[in-house]
Amino acid sequence: MSDWPLWEVFVRSKGGMAHRHVGSVHAPDAELALRHARDTYTRRQEGISLWVVPSASIIASDPDEAGPLFEPAADKIYRHPTFYDIPDEVKHI
Amino acid sequence: MRWTPAFAGELLMPSLPPIEKDVEARAEAKPPRGAFDAPGEGPHDAARKDYLLRLGDDALVLGQRLSEWCGHAPALEVDLSLANLALDLVGQATLLLAEAGDADQLAFHRDVLDFRNCLLVEQPNGDFARTIARHFLYSTWQHMLLERMAGSPDAFLAGFAAKAVKEITYHRELASEWTVRLGDGTDESARRMAEGLDWCWRFIPELFEVDETLEALIAAGVAPDPRAFESDYRAALAAVLADAKLAVPADQRPILGGRRGHHSEHLGHLLAVMQYVPRTYPDSVW
Repeated sequence: MSDWPLWEVFVRSKGGMAHRHVGSVHAPDAELALRHARDTYTRRQEGISLWVVPSASIIASDPDEAGPLFEPAADKIYRHPTFYDIPDEVKHI
Repeated sequence: MRWTPAFAGELLMPSLPPIEKDVEARAEAKPPRGAFDAPGEGPHDAARKDYLLRLGDDALVLGQRLSEWCGHAPALEVDLSLANLALDLVGQATLLLAEAGDADQLAFHRDVLDFRNCLLVEQPNGDFARTIARHFLYSTWQHMLLERMAGSPDAFLAGFAAKAVKEITYHRELASEWTVRLGDGTDESARRMAEGLDWCWRFIPELFEVDETLEALIAAGVAPDPRAFESDYRAALAAVLADAKLAVPADQRPILGGRRGHHSEHLGHLLAVMQYVPRTYPDSVW
């Protein structure tokens, strides 16, 4: 329905994991947005928890601002933790 | 001196082929019915099979009806919703008909007079509101039935109900949500929802009809007695309709007969579409 608002859908695949953005659905209200999200994105056991958020509530960065926002990080490789000796006991980092 | 017959060597039967493991397994899995020395049919076996057909045909026919929406629903999301409901129901039909006999044979090679579904589920989709009205009335009933069937001493029925009740809980909630959205929506959606309910209302009494078959199973404790939850059912419908700001339709002259094979003309058309391929190409595989 063209006059239904858009909702962003987030799925948690299993306990302990974070919800991840998977797509969006149209729905007339929040309750049906959850059901549409369930019927569209969890048909193959993709998740155990769902969030829906009105797309209009997402505050996005301006693509035209990408330069000032993100490029300054490009030449600061010392921010990556690659200059440290990691003890063998530390497995996952 | 012991007499030794001439064919003594053959008694060892080295020439008999060994019984294949899968043949043995299949033979043991089969009920011994009809075999020499086997227990005869129990008093409730015919009634139980009839009951399985009633529930299985309800699920099959309603699943087929909902699948007719595929590609035609008012929105992509609703298309997926309705297809999901249909797949739940076809899955339930597969379990029930397989318990009653050969599921494919029963689904695709049975004539309309042998179907035992209630009249409500075979009614045409109409518009989206009528489809929702039909699903609201049926899934509310089916949900109440399955909740009670989960305690059946019949291991198959109890297991089936425990699995299916989760699916039907969702069906009932979704259909109720849409009933409220349409009833309490625009003037047009409210009018269509009221018309959909009005179309389906006369098929409610059949859901609570108890004939000899069902009476026998209720007496044996196998099947729940639908009359025990009819007032709960009516109250549940009224509560949703109040939310939907819709009047409860007046009771109409009940239409019965589906459980005995007396169907409306619509079922034959549905079966013609559903059964066409397997009947035209009986041995085809894919």
